[in-house]
Amino acid sequence: MALWVDKYRPKSLEHLSYHQELSDRLSSLALSGDFPHLLVYGPSGAGKKTRIIATLKELYGPGVNKIKIDSRVFQTSSSRKLEFNVVSSVYHMEITPSDMGNNDRLIIQDLLKEVAQTQQVDLSAKQRFKVVIINEADSLTRDAQAALRRTMEKYSPNLRLILLANSTSNIIAPIRSRTLLVRVAAPSHTEIQEILSQIANKEKFTLPPRVAERIARESGRNLRKAILTLEALYSQNDKLSDSTSIPTPDWEVVVNSIVDIVIQERNAAGILKARTKFYDLLSHCIPAGIILKTLLFKLLDRVDTGLKPEVVYWAAFYEHRLHQGSKVIFHLEAFVAKFMRILERYMSGMLDDDMDM
Amino acid sequence: MSFFTKSTSTTTKPAAQPRQVPWVEKYRPESLDDVSSQDHAVSVLKRTLESANLPHMLFYGPPGTGKTSTILALAKQLYGPDLMRSRVLELNASDERGIAIVREKVKNFARAAVSTPSAHTRQNYPCPPYKLIILDEADSMTQDAQSALRRTMETYSRITRFCLICNYVTRIIEPLASRCSKFRFKPLETGNAVSRLQDICQKEGVKYEDGVIESILQASDGDLRKAITLLQSAAKLHGAAAATPADDDDADSSAAMQVDSDPTVVTVPSVEEISGRVPHDIIMGLITAALNRSGDRFAGLQAAVEDVILDGWSAAQIVVQVHDELVLSDDFGGSEKNKIVAAISEIDKRLLDGASEHLSILDLMVKISGVLTAT
Repeated sequence: MALWVDKYRPKSLEHLSYHQELSDRLSSLALSGDFPHLLVYGPSGAGKKTRIIATLKELYGPGVNKIKIDSRVFQTSSSRKLEFNVVSSVYHMEITPSDMGNNDRLIIQDLLKEVAQTQQVDLSAKQRFKVVIINEADSLTRDAQAALRRTMEKYSPNLRLILLANSTSNIIAPIRSRTLLVRVAAPSHTEIQEILSQIANKEKFTLPPRVAERIARESGRNLRKAILTLEALYSQNDKLSDSTSIPTPDWEVVVNSIVDIVIQERNAAGILKARTKFYDLLSHCIPAGIILKTLLFKLLDRVDTGLKPEVVYWAAFYEHRLHQGSKVIFHLEAFVAKFMRILERYMSGMLDDDMDM
Repeated sequence: MSFFTKSTSTTTKPAAQPRQVPWVEKYRPESLDDVSSQDHAVSVLKRTLESANLPHMLFYGPPGTGKTSTILALAKQLYGPDLMRSRVLELNASDERGIAIVREKVKNFARAAVSTPSAHTRQNYPCPPYKLIILDEADSMTQDAQSALRRTMETYSRITRFCLICNYVTRIIEPLASRCSKFRFKPLETGNAVSRLQDICQKEGVKYEDGVIESILQASDGDLRKAITLLQSAAKLHGAAAATPADDDDADSSAAMQVDSDPTVVTVPSVEEISGRVPHDIIMGLITAALNRSGDRFAGLQAAVEDVILDGWSAAQIVVQVHDELVLSDDFGGSEKNKIVAAISEIDKRLLDGASEHLSILDLMVKISGVLTAT
């Protein structure tokens, strides 16, 4: 049995429930026959991929839903062999080049060229071009993006690209100017609630509006997270009532315990304890950036307003370091140590104005 | 069977081709008179047209100001369409740079004998006895490649003229720059750009509401190419381009378009949307939250930032627009602006390094808020 997230994923543009205007635009683009390169950006769980798959369906018909997964082998310049998974249908292909780390340029060059140089095989296809979806385009290296730039111009008769990204900040300007920017905002709380109650209707159980509201708020406007939470709730409880509590994910529980440690034990022993927890989280593959961010917002809820700007400053500072450094644990600990010091100084009333470092 | 497939695919292809010409190419100026704004450069070049003597040239200026268009228009007027192919070499330095290209391609072209124009061409065009090598984006050529050009430029100057085009004149090595007469291309004046865009709208049958042209120009800051591309995307998005179907494939879609003709009018919000610019009121919302002196300023700011990020606006763009808004504002003093710009530059660097957008923007706004409410 499929997860509800997949089961109730809208299959076509008219079934999408929010951002009606955007859906209309996409469908008019798909019908116009002159489909541009797209750069779709928005936070995760906002429905970028769903929207794109629906658009593809509009472009090519139901054939796009028949997908297969190929494993391709590429050889780097240092003759190392790399395996790479490609999800494709007759009409489109979906790749996540950032899986390959620094070798993503290779994928862009080899794979895209290969696709671009062959014409559409299926003569009954509605469009003469093929579509390549590039996931996580914002984590493409500069080299890969530069390679993309030429490819986009040179092979535009045979190939349309759809780039999916969380933000356009890391996409180089030449690519941005060659694509049509499509922003997909996260659904609002009410929109999430509506979708949740629709799902509850279809699954034939009653969802108290209060619970739907709480799930929506907890999800942080992430629809996927909201639906997953709903399903988890439904399978755990026989009957949902207003008092049903929403379980916090395990990793958040751990982060919460770090928060407690950091605030209560402001000494070396506390840092040691926090370190164990951090390792625990990291070994469960929780990205360091998310740990730091969650930690910050939980800490912010607990400290005085006067301290907040400084805490935010250091969180942003160490978050930046996370991306530049090689070992994340150092920076997580550094932040914890810094926070303890700030709090200690504040407690002992020695807070002086050295904010503008 | 395979022959049939081949022939059908090739016959359908040209039908699709004409619609895919970007407007930037379609509306490139045909002659020097059509070039907007750059009066100084154009008037000098026109004089050279009359005397049929051309120096080596170096065009520099921000992108989208018509450097490439000007030299192409000049070449067209000098040689006419027939002679263009044999007399003009256009090299886009960004794809094939490097010393090998200069040594082989450029040098071979430079030393080739000047072709003789047909009688017809000679009648209509000046056809001066030299060839023209256009090196676009010359500032991205390596130093070595540039040095390799030095001698080539002099040795074959009898039969070849060079035109270097670049954004940053400082990246051209001095010996090359001193061999050329320089032309600076200014950012386009708004008046010229507006009339140009209006002209295109009219020719393409794009319907637009008031203020669209202005917001396009604002989003493209003086870059006409960007402006035209934007206009085309906006028109495409609103289905105006489909109103002139080229083949029967489009018949049903254009019929669908005409049912409600209202959406074909290009609107200001949609221009802002596709240009990736953040709407003004969202930026102002952030700034107001930062300036709020009553109540829990921090909580308000935190919520405002979270909303903006979840709505998917690009952080880099927010930084740029917050910068414009605050630094150009008259409400704040120099020392405050100083601090704000310092904070902005730091955050901009972090965003480029791939730091989390949410934290970076929050940090920035908290800092700005601290600076602005300190007094």
